[in-house]
Amino acid sequence: MEDIAQELLNGSRLALSRAITAIENEYDNATAIMKKLYPHTGHAYVLGITGPPGAGKSTLTDKLAKEYRKQGKTVGIVAIDPTSPFSGGAILGDRIRMNSLTLDEGVFIRSMGTRGSLGGLSHKTADAVKAMDAFGMDVIFVETVGVGQSEVDIVKAADTTMVVLIPGMGDDIQAIKAGILEIGDIFAINKADHDGADKLVTELNMMLDLDGVMKEWRPPIIKAVANQNIGVTELVETFKKHHDHIVSSGQLTQRRTERTKNEMLDLLSSNIGSYITRNIVDTGKIDKMVEDIKAHKIDPYTVVSEILQNMLK
Amino acid sequence: MSNEKIQAELEKYEANVAKALAKFPERKNIPEQRLYTPLDIQGDDYADEISFPGVYPYTRGVQPTMYRGRFWTMRMYAGFSTAEESNKRYRYLIESGATGLSCAFDLPTQIGYDSDDPISEGEVGKVGVAIDSLADMEVLFDKIDLGKVSTSMTINAPASVLLAMYIAVGEKQGVPADQLKGTIQNDILKEYAARGTYIFPPRPSMRLITNIFAYCSKNVPKWNTISISGYHIREAGSTAAQEIAFTIADGIAYCEAAIKAGLDVDSFAGRLSFFWNAHNNVLEEVAKFRASRRIWAKVMKERFHAQKAKSMMLRFHTQTAGSMLTAQQPNNNIVRVALQTAAAVMGGTQSLHTNSRDEALALPTAEAVMIALRTQQIVAYESGLADVIDPLAGSYYVEAMTDRIEKEAMEYIQKIDDMGGAVDAIEKGYIQKEIQDSAYKWQMDVESGAKTIVGVNKFQIEEEPPKGLLRVDASVGVKQTAQLHEMKAKRDNAAVQKALTDLKTACEDENENLMPHILNAVRTYATLGEICGVMRKVFGEYEAHVSL
Amino acid sequence: MDKRIRVLVAKPGLDGHDRGAKVVARALRDAGFEVVYTGLRQTPEQIAEAAMQEDVNVVAMSILSGAHPHLFPKVVDLVRGKGMKDCLIIGGGVIPEGDIPALKAAGIAEVFTPGTPTGKIVEFIKTNVK
Ligand code: B12
Ligand SMILES: Nc1nc2c(ncn2[C@@H]2O[C@H](COP(=O)(O)OP(=O)(O)OP(=O)(O)O)[C@@H](O)[C@H]2O)c(=O)[nH]1
Ligand SMILES: [Mg+2]
Repeated sequence: MEDIAQELLNGSRLALSRAITAIENEYDNATAIMKKLYPHTGHAYVLGITGPPGAGKSTLTDKLAKEYRKQGKTVGIVAIDPTSPFSGGAILGDRIRMNSLTLDEGVFIRSMGTRGSLGGLSHKTADAVKAMDAFGMDVIFVETVGVGQSEVDIVKAADTTMVVLIPGMGDDIQAIKAGILEIGDIFAINKADHDGADKLVTELNMMLDLDGVMKEWRPPIIKAVANQNIGVTELVETFKKHHDHIVSSGQLTQRRTERTKNEMLDLLSSNIGSYITRNIVDTGKIDKMVEDIKAHKIDPYTVVSEILQNMLK
Repeated sequence: MSNEKIQAELEKYEANVAKALAKFPERKNIPEQRLYTPLDIQGDDYADEISFPGVYPYTRGVQPTMYRGRFWTMRMYAGFSTAEESNKRYRYLIESGATGLSCAFDLPTQIGYDSDDPISEGEVGKVGVAIDSLADMEVLFDKIDLGKVSTSMTINAPASVLLAMYIAVGEKQGVPADQLKGTIQNDILKEYAARGTYIFPPRPSMRLITNIFAYCSKNVPKWNTISISGYHIREAGSTAAQEIAFTIADGIAYCEAAIKAGLDVDSFAGRLSFFWNAHNNVLEEVAKFRASRRIWAKVMKERFHAQKAKSMMLRFHTQTAGSMLTAQQPNNNIVRVALQTAAAVMGGTQSLHTNSRDEALALPTAEAVMIALRTQQIVAYESGLADVIDPLAGSYYVEAMTDRIEKEAMEYIQKIDDMGGAVDAIEKGYIQKEIQDSAYKWQMDVESGAKTIVGVNKFQIEEEPPKGLLRVDASVGVKQTAQLHEMKAKRDNAAVQKALTDLKTACEDENENLMPHILNAVRTYATLGEICGVMRKVFGEYEAHVSL
Repeated sequence: MDKRIRVLVAKPGLDGHDRGAKVVARALRDAGFEVVYTGLRQTPEQIAEAAMQEDVNVVAMSILSGAHPHLFPKVVDLVRGKGMKDCLIIGGGVIPEGDIPALKAAGIAEVFTPGTPTGKIVEFIKTNVK
């Protein structure tokens, strides 16, 4: 494929797929592709779906995507699963819940492994989303890995974040709730066909009461049974409300500014990191420096200042 | 000898062992104790736990005389291609001394699609016989007297439809429904967990099953309405204890559903039957069969308060483990099947299918099937294994292992109860995950050499590609489709439509028993695909819950 | 660069035998591959489209029901039709030796039959993947 970015912009699904691969594998052409796609991004509404393992994130995403399709919207889905720290391999198991979307031309699903990233996404998720955005997807879902509490990168990547919880999680819920309260714009209580859904709604409401006195958006709590398609239209309506809210309150602009800043800083530090790897570590220069420092011929502060000065030249 | 004395002697023996081990190290990877003694079965009360054949808890067998009266039913699972071809194979089997029939259907039939459905392309008649309508069923049983033969049908999601067709063929032959003998597998839960030919979601599927229980208890009283199957769970990779645990948990779920639907436990429990696997580890398998009888008897008595003895008896069909048969050196499989047969017989099976030596290569040829059948006959008539009831009872090892498997299985059943029962455990993917984990462990043990499979990871030889395999003609699909269209042109289509509309209305009313409606539709020559299509519309389709 | 081999393990047709496919999928994961498993009853069209969206390096199909002569070549054609020229397509299951030459001619790179150690499959993929 000659010019992946151009073909993507021309509507080639294969090009979209190849672009994501280039990004994910950090192929040489990845930066060029992203440069070309960037001007075409910023139109999609990015929805983050997070929650504990097995909560029904994928099943819900499948149903939500179908609902958006009924409205004529095109849908991109980026689904993240954990990479094994031992083998480096991964079972990317979200797609299997979305099989019936596969042949819908208005949908594109891509599974990704975390590949060492700890925040519930992979390092390249944001760029994969941009590729789908540039391709023209109206709505893009990002399904995180099943999270505990520390993995909250999704808030930075999404316009609206939905946290999926399920009844009967026992004490875990306390720990998880503490972490996710701040990140949820919307809470879905899935598997409401199981006992304890109402209790969970009550508990969550109480916590939000304590937390949310001053906030202008009170996260709605919606009960759902994903595999029976219950609660799905209501969720889509709620997304719309949240979207309208962040637009009118200026929060969307604020969030995106913040995101742009974060992404730029990430890009910068990862580029600096790879500069250092390439020029200092891989070349072996570092060994000499370490020796000199150890022998007190020079101090580490001077060494680092010099490296930085050289780099900026 | 008192237990104290035995203990003292055992310690002396262990000291000897320690010395011997220094010189002769043992083989690795043997999970069992080296030796079993009376100490290992101290807890067993003979009357409560072992007892007599035909007496609760049936550990030693369900009939008082077992094979001293009649051997088990030798029932060879068969079917391929068209109804005509399979009819020939059935008649050949009956002539060769098989004492029951066992029908294998092709995948479109098992999943409720007609042969002309686009999704059936390439699959028609491949792994079983293709049945589209009553017309095919009439051919399948042509010149076979349904009043005499007992027929087992491996059919699950559309079991109601195939049973209705069988009843309708009986009507045509002049055999009333209450004279029909046989079994439908009708066990949907293990389809979700291990076998894969599901159609509808669990709730409507459970309704269909209880409808069949209720209908048969009145109209087809000699029919075994379900064969609650561990066979497939084991073949999918489970351990012996998992096989019986997950299956008995399924059995509990069926009983609960039937009782919830208003049936009295003793009205249906006597028609429940089971289906076990006979694997290679002969003694473990015998212990498993014995443990399964004991567990089920206790479950029926203590949990469901069954009154009739028949309700507490676990009667079972057995099939030898196909997954233990190898593509390498296929003749070795004959020996494996003989050992598996020995296990099934010493375990007290009511009927048996023996697999053929070409199991891992293709559907069996007639010649291979003959050897497999002869294997049963040799064990029955020549080996002496069938002459004494439950011959391994009292073996310290077998009794201890029977206890161990019972305990392990009960722990699983408890866990499944805690999850809300088998339906919930399957919906959560728990049972599937347990099976997958065991399957993966097995594979890794074979690859690491911890387990030896002769001809596969040890004693391999260079081999010529096997010759003379059975091939199903690719034109079966074309032929079957043509016949289907011909039949559709001849039938009274108005009557078909009326019957299907009536069936749809019945499906929508949860309190209606669907069997009479399905039977009516079948009589008009409505096809399997049409009937299942109506049910698909009302009931929806099951989505599998896989996580690796 | 952070390249991983991506594999789609697929079950085309109505065949429900999934023990082998699942075992293979897990073994590939443990060998460091990223594995997408389709589950049962996938049409060739679904498999090809999923392969394209996931941009997998390997499509690995499993059939034990005898429908391979019909389904394997169909998937190959559809995958190639999507422009996935380099994608390695392999199959496994109960496949009579006599059928293998035709499958290879149709574009199946290798066929793995019962008794194959998963390590051999891993090796084959590592050696032949583009
Ligand atoms: C286990 C088994 C079952 C289990 C399946 C459980 C499950 N969830 O998988 C149960 C009991 C449910 C079953 C049912 C049926 N079975 Co069956 N079954 C077998 C059996 C005995 C072993 C298969 C197995 O799992 N082996 C263990 C695994 C690990 O090995 P494997 O799948 O062969 O995989 C290895 C290789 O083949 C290869 N491989 C496999 N797939 C792939 C994929 C890729 C990409 C790669 C690289 C490699 C690869 O690598 C693996 C590791 O070595 C075979 C016979 C045999 N011994 O092979 C018959 C067999 C496949 N079954 C057969 C039949 C007919 C059926 C039924 C259709 C019968 C019927 N009419 O109802 C049913 C229906 C099932 C359905 N829904 O489709 C026939 C198929 C005939 C044919 N092809 O001509 C066989 C060959 C038996 C026979 N000779 O009659 N079966
Ligand atoms: N009973 C019930 N089951 C559900 C519901 N939603 C999803 N499930 C089932 O729950 C299981 C897990 O669903 P997934 O959608 O895979 O969950 P997930 O959160 O994406 O899981 P991971 O990606 O592995 O963290 C599947 O078996 C679903 O069918 C629901 O509302 N009720
Ligand atoms: Mg998921």
